[in-house]
Amino acid sequence: MARKLLLAHIDVPGIHTFDVYRQKGGYRAVEKALKSMSPDDVVEEVKKSGLRGRGGAGFPTGMKWGFLAKPEGVPRYLVCNGDESEPGTFKDRFLMTHIPHLLIEGMIVSSYALGAHTSYIYIRGEMMPQIRIVEKAIAEAKAAGFLGKNILGTGYDLEIHVQPGGGAYICGEETALLESLEGERGNPRIKPPFPAVAGLYGCPTVVNNVESIAATVPIVNDGGEEYAKIGIERSTGTKLISAGGNLVRPGVYEIEMGLSMEEFIYSEEYCGGIANGRRLKAVVAGGSSVPILPTHLALKTAKGEPRLMTYESLADGGFVTGTAMGSGGFIAFDEDQCIVRNTLNFTRFYHHESCGQCSPCREGTGWMEKVLHKIEYGYGDMSDIDLLWDIQKNIDGNTICPLGDAAAWPVASAIRHFREEFEWHILQPEEAQTRNFGLVSEGVMNPE
Amino acid sequence: MLSVKENMIVEFSAPLLEKFAEVVTRYPDGRQKSALLPILHLVQAEYGWLSVDAMDKVAAYLNIRPIEVYEVATFYTMFFLQPKGKYVLEICRTGPCCLVGAERIMQHIENKLGVKEGEVTTDGLFSWRGVECMAACGFGPVLQIGPEYTFYENLTEGKVDQLIDELKQKAQTK
Repeated sequence: MARKLLLAHIDVPGIHTFDVYRQKGGYRAVEKALKSMSPDDVVEEVKKSGLRGRGGAGFPTGMKWGFLAKPEGVPRYLVCNGDESEPGTFKDRFLMTHIPHLLIEGMIVSSYALGAHTSYIYIRGEMMPQIRIVEKAIAEAKAAGFLGKNILGTGYDLEIHVQPGGGAYICGEETALLESLEGERGNPRIKPPFPAVAGLYGCPTVVNNVESIAATVPIVNDGGEEYAKIGIERSTGTKLISAGGNLVRPGVYEIEMGLSMEEFIYSEEYCGGIANGRRLKAVVAGGSSVPILPTHLALKTAKGEPRLMTYESLADGGFVTGTAMGSGGFIAFDEDQCIVRNTLNFTRFYHHESCGQCSPCREGTGWMEKVLHKIEYGYGDMSDIDLLWDIQKNIDGNTICPLGDAAAWPVASAIRHFREEFEWHILQPEEAQTRNFGLVSEGVMNPE
Repeated sequence: MLSVKENMIVEFSAPLLEKFAEVVTRYPDGRQKSALLPILHLVQAEYGWLSVDAMDKVAAYLNIRPIEVYEVATFYTMFFLQPKGKYVLEICRTGPCCLVGAERIMQHIENKLGVKEGEVTTDGLFSWRGVECMAACGFGPVLQIGPEYTFYENLTEGKVDQLIDELKQKAQTK
């Protein structure tokens, strides 16, 4: 059995309550950090752990903390990013629903490390039930003396507040989130200055994902070195993978970094294979933004090595034959799924969610949606594929925030790996309206 | 779009104003604008949608200009700027849910309610719309109903029928 650091007690009845969580060893990290460690000691442990941001970018958390400016007399803020909305990702919802105190404990430890006395948890507004759960957990922790003034008699003060979003994918981008938290439209800011210097209310701010903050609890409890023993290379510790799509057992799994993709998909301990006796056609390994891979490249790298669930192995081959860990939003496509239709769906999503600040993204996403719509519904032209390629290339890297890149990559990878399927939609439009393309390897272009 | 045809004059009740006041305490002095989203959620939960009058009164409460409220209310998809049905069924229409039949469920809801996306049934009870990924991709198809955002997972046509019937009964008994 793989080691579980975040979800070890997930099946314990009542683990969402303070009392049960505490009985299972909860809030030990707060006691240890506040009573026997300096804030810098905590930062040091997180650096040693090798923890990388679990929201999608994978930036080392300890390094991000290290960048925090500390001018005298200016408040510093920790803001937790619970605006989980990357298609395919549902780990933070799961964590907040079932073990909210892990997040609160992590918030206290992390706030202490950063010297923050007011911290915010920004949760997407649609997760009203989770907002209630987290607010209740905060109240319980406060009643037990783990929040408020003079926590555990150590002299450290901390208040945590929950902020609801309003339904906008873009607010998962950290500077858009800060704008939203200030009561503005979620338009990402131009960087620099980075939030570490000028974030919330112009003050030094760290924004971390729910899972990253939760991971600081085992790091403080067991030490950064112990955490770093799990995993391979620069992919340390465990990762929550939310698996959806056509799987026998979709759900949230805590894996040790380094598990093979094949084992994750097919073993009984994890997803149990592809649903309804179908075969696997494609995988999106880290949320809709990362490149889609056909089965052969999902299970093995271009060099023929097993594809592992690590930042490095998933990225092996770059965007030509690889993908990215992203947020851990794992989507499996069975042989009946249409890649063109899915690409259209994702592109519509990005068009809908573009904040409209940058022309390449605002115009490009809508344009790609139109062209994909044309192809999907049988009015495509062969030149449309090149047009799509051209549009995505002109969005990628040309916008203030990564939403533009996130919109470009799924289109680029779909064309790169499934070009035959696009061509088939264009050359055989009537057939494409009545059945699916199936697997490329079966030679649908020239059926027997 | 803001509704100019319909306006609803509101007067915030004392308990609602108490909730506003609690929200404002979460932020540093002078940063009361941060309370805008939470307060708009409270107003929508109370009245079902955000009329221009309601937004103007939120602006006055927070000591900001009305345009600052409009620009936020029009940006975020959760805020309704037109009256909606008593129950708004919001179905996830993004990729992963579509892999497991969300489009079929949306079609079924359209047939069952007899109204197109965004329209209100003649009895004023229901509206429906597709929304983007709700972060529950392993349990799709999913739908949510405000203002509490009650969540329904692993939808089938049968479950949808049952839910709509239950809501109709609930509305009658009230």
